[in-house]
Amino acid sequence: MTGPVLSIEGLTLALPPLSDRPHAVENITLKIAPGETLCVVGESGSGKSMIAHSVMGLLPQAVTPAAGQIMLNGRDVLRLDQAGLQDLRGREAGMIFQEPMTSLNPVMRVSDQIVETFAAHNLHSREERKRRALALLTEAGLPDPERLARAYPHELSGGQRQRVMIAMALALEPKLLIADEPTTALDVTTQAQILRLIENLRRRHGTAVLFITHDMGVVAEIADRIAVLEKGVLVEEGLASEVLGAPKHPYTQKLLAAVPSLTPPAPKNLAAAPVVFSVSDLNKTYRKRSLFGPTREVVAADGITFSLRRGETIGIVGESGSGKSTVGRCCMRLIEPEAGSIILGETEISGLGKAALRPHRKRIQMVFQDPFACLNPRQTIGRIITDGPVAYGVPRSEAMVRARELLELVGLSANAIDRYPHEFSGGQRQRVGIARALALEPDVLVADEAVSALDVSVQAQILRLIQDIQQRLGLAILFVTHDLRVAAQICDRIVVMSRGRIVEEGETAAVFANPRHDYTRQLLGAVPGGAAFETASPRA
Amino acid sequence: MNLIMFLLGRVAKGVVVLMAIAILNFLLIHAAPGDPAQVMAGQGGAADEELLQQLRVQYGLDKPFLTQLGIYAGSYLQFDLGFSYRQQQSVLSLIMDRLPATLLLTGSAFVISLLVGTLMGMLAARRQGHWSDGAITTVSLMFYATPLFWIALMSQIIFSLKLGWLPNVGYETIGANLSGFARMLDIGRHLILPAMTLGLFFTAVYVRMMRASMLQVAGSDFVKTARAKGLSEGVILRHHIARNAILPVVTLAGLQAGQLVGGAVLTETVFAWPGIGRLMFDALTQRDYPILLGVFFISSALVIGFNILTELVYRIVDPRIGAQG
Amino acid sequence: MIAFLKRFSRNPAAVVGLVILVLVVAFAILAPLLYPNSPWKPVQRPFLAPFAQAGFPMGTDTLGRDVAAGLVHGARVSLQIGVVSTIVALLIGVPLGAIAGYSGGWVDDLLMRFTEFFQTIPSFALAIVMVAILQPQLGSIILAIGVVSWPPVARLVRGEVLSLRSREYVQAAITIGQSTPRIIFSQILPNTIAPIIVIGSLMVGTAILLESSLSFLGLGDPNLMSWGYMVGAGRTRLLDSWWISFFPGIAIFLTVLALNLAGEGLNDALNPRLSRGRK
Repeated sequence: MTGPVLSIEGLTLALPPLSDRPHAVENITLKIAPGETLCVVGESGSGKSMIAHSVMGLLPQAVTPAAGQIMLNGRDVLRLDQAGLQDLRGREAGMIFQEPMTSLNPVMRVSDQIVETFAAHNLHSREERKRRALALLTEAGLPDPERLARAYPHELSGGQRQRVMIAMALALEPKLLIADEPTTALDVTTQAQILRLIENLRRRHGTAVLFITHDMGVVAEIADRIAVLEKGVLVEEGLASEVLGAPKHPYTQKLLAAVPSLTPPAPKNLAAAPVVFSVSDLNKTYRKRSLFGPTREVVAADGITFSLRRGETIGIVGESGSGKSTVGRCCMRLIEPEAGSIILGETEISGLGKAALRPHRKRIQMVFQDPFACLNPRQTIGRIITDGPVAYGVPRSEAMVRARELLELVGLSANAIDRYPHEFSGGQRQRVGIARALALEPDVLVADEAVSALDVSVQAQILRLIQDIQQRLGLAILFVTHDLRVAAQICDRIVVMSRGRIVEEGETAAVFANPRHDYTRQLLGAVPGGAAFETASPRA
Repeated sequence: MNLIMFLLGRVAKGVVVLMAIAILNFLLIHAAPGDPAQVMAGQGGAADEELLQQLRVQYGLDKPFLTQLGIYAGSYLQFDLGFSYRQQQSVLSLIMDRLPATLLLTGSAFVISLLVGTLMGMLAARRQGHWSDGAITTVSLMFYATPLFWIALMSQIIFSLKLGWLPNVGYETIGANLSGFARMLDIGRHLILPAMTLGLFFTAVYVRMMRASMLQVAGSDFVKTARAKGLSEGVILRHHIARNAILPVVTLAGLQAGQLVGGAVLTETVFAWPGIGRLMFDALTQRDYPILLGVFFISSALVIGFNILTELVYRIVDPRIGAQG
Repeated sequence: MIAFLKRFSRNPAAVVGLVILVLVVAFAILAPLLYPNSPWKPVQRPFLAPFAQAGFPMGTDTLGRDVAAGLVHGARVSLQIGVVSTIVALLIGVPLGAIAGYSGGWVDDLLMRFTEFFQTIPSFALAIVMVAILQPQLGSIILAIGVVSWPPVARLVRGEVLSLRSREYVQAAITIGQSTPRIIFSQILPNTIAPIIVIGSLMVGTAILLESSLSFLGLGDPNLMSWGYMVGAGRTRLLDSWWISFFPGIAIFLTVLALNLAGEGLNDALNPRLSRGRK
């Protein structure tokens, strides 16, 4: 074997003064052999993305290399001038990014964006460039490449755009492909396809891959070797089988333990519990009117029916566009359904007018996805939690007393009450969001992707909190999620949605063990890492 | 097909807007203190009773309010904008005589300011933080804050009265009887000062817009992609940043067209440029209201036409619009 | 608040703007003390050059009126009209934009068509027609400027409200049973105040420019001495008495510039995350 494609020696990247730590990464040493896939994993803020960007000389201006070297095919990236960097980018290493929707120039045809790469490096004739662009799009598995080559990015789906990005990154057959969270923004089935494509291209061309991700499942799927990063420090590095099978560092162990298992725990016995919430034949279609063109329709919910018992958790799972969030919001009547009935306790709330609905709202509450957008930045935590009870006539001072108790219930200190949202981390804010929902003592909780924006270790804590509160208060929970691992651990029953319809429904354990519908099988098959994390902790 | 539907839709919308302007004119006439017939006569209250009576019959001023509105708006939509009793000519023909001069002035000011503005904005954004960026943004802010009529007066003193480089006022040299190319050259020399002063304000507007737009686009993901492909900074700037940054500037430039007409009133007043702006100023001093209202109506029609034009351009430069149509 | 002042004072251009503004306001307030006589009253021989005689640092105009007195009294008129007409524009634009943004649907469609209409028509031409027909007076001038200036406010507020309305904390406020007016006043509007203050301060500048342009054309209130009128009155004697038009122009320029500098400084100080890093 020849020497490594990429070798990073003692790399330290300095953050601007007044950051929460002096270095983005510290003393990193990594090597990638030809044809090898190295996964760099870590949670948000670990500095993993900075490493990827530094290899391409694409660091943000505020971050500066303080020590070390990055040798890419015999050239030290950190010591190259602008012209040297431009020559190296694309030729020695190609890069793909997280957001396929914004990574392509919206006003330029797809093939022109690939052709440009050849032009930038003065390779080939005009005709040859076009021919090669087409060949690359074909190899990237795009349907009807002749037509797509002439298309603009907005005409392509997210998965197709990411394929174009890969075709572009590999245009000059670089020895190294850098992939910065390339599948994070994609649905699970699309993610599986993109991972397979990267894997195939790597085998065929012998390209080494530097893969940055936060997802242990993805790591288990593709890594030859793994490097684990914690707050800018490389805590563990080794062969994939070793790191995943017998992690040495406590942080790695914690990360792996936090990955929810795909095997559901034994079901609870809820047959005797009363039904507290039910939905039948719920319909919702989005229509986009246009003055002269045809009206476009998207069916978001079609004949949705389910019921929820006291103490039960039902998971609504599906990919983006399946209508799962619409159903969640229709249950809250944040979106008005077109037809169907929603029964909360004894009351049919679907027919109520705005004013008549308000007294019933307190019995069904919601936890939102985005911990940064779900709290009003100008209100104190106390104000946020007590606004609900105050709206129902509870005096503010009395509500404040209760808010302190709630804060402790969700694992925060009671003196958080006078502070503002920006003083808290994502996980802490999510706890505040839960406290706000609980302040009204609801019977039903709708959690819309409530843990999706969180790091895996924080996610595990919040899931435990939700389960704990459910046990104590006997809440019924409607848990909307795209993440089958999370659903496996928290849901008693699941409802699988696709294009606005329920395609399968049943006890979680039964559905996971024996999926009847094709789509469910596809979803389960696409979960990265499959059964790799079976040792994870069972339900608390 | 798509394009024809789009044009039909826009023209229909334009007609609705023009109708609304006719109604607005009508309401203004009735909101004026005194007899509406006096306003329509436009002689500052000095009109004789015979004329007033004729106007009352013509516009049905003794009929119910809504009928009056119908008569007035109806005549406007047939482009009958009334009659200037002072000039003894129909308002429409007065405006049409003056229109070419205004189109020449505003058109050249628009082209100059858009070209210079976007180029300077690009330069400033590319050199962000450099002294040249500071100089460009400072100068554009200064022109943005200076009253247009004052710049016009000062450039008149300096370049024409003191230095004698360019003609002082007017559209062409009176009595020179030039023709063909020589006449074009003469008009061109007269055009330089008014077009530059009118253009300066808008140049300042476009510089600021283009700079801000460039800086915003420069932070996009696709610019990072372009860099990762090994493209040179010049190519990235031209093909990726500028091409996307100019889109919002085109939209805003279209919206600014209305202000261009307003600026023309001031510029034409100072430079005695025989366009509809100067016509408006003269009508103003003589209280000739039919002309004022007519100029307002026609300049609105111009702006609507211009807006349709910019939207067409926008559809050509931005591939995303057609698909959403 | 202290952090805000710190950020504002770190921007030298904004501080310069604020200083000029304070001076202009001071002149406007002290005008009756500095020049107790009417600025319309001839006090010296006409066409007196600046500094030609003590007590007349800016000379006199075509009728022998003191240019400096006119400037100081004009500051009152400019500021007054600038501020009041901006308030008028905000009073029209903010509620309209908030209602359009929060209601959505056909209400939004209708209000935005209405706004678009006012944005399409040539605003200065409309202002001229309005003031001319309603007769040039303080009230009609303020009304005309307000009427042509509100559309950008409505669009801004609508955009802000629209994005805030779909924000999760507003959705949360609905689910916890807060009433619609309460949501608008406690969750949405407080988060739109900053951009409204910024656009307001910039609009005062635009309004001053508009007012001066109107009075330059002879559409000022005949009882009020205004900078635009002074420029217009001096323009026939430009060649021999340049100062009559020159000084009021400079006054307009400095005031509008100061408002823009302060407004931009305000913007940067209120949105620390959005402003690009100053070195």
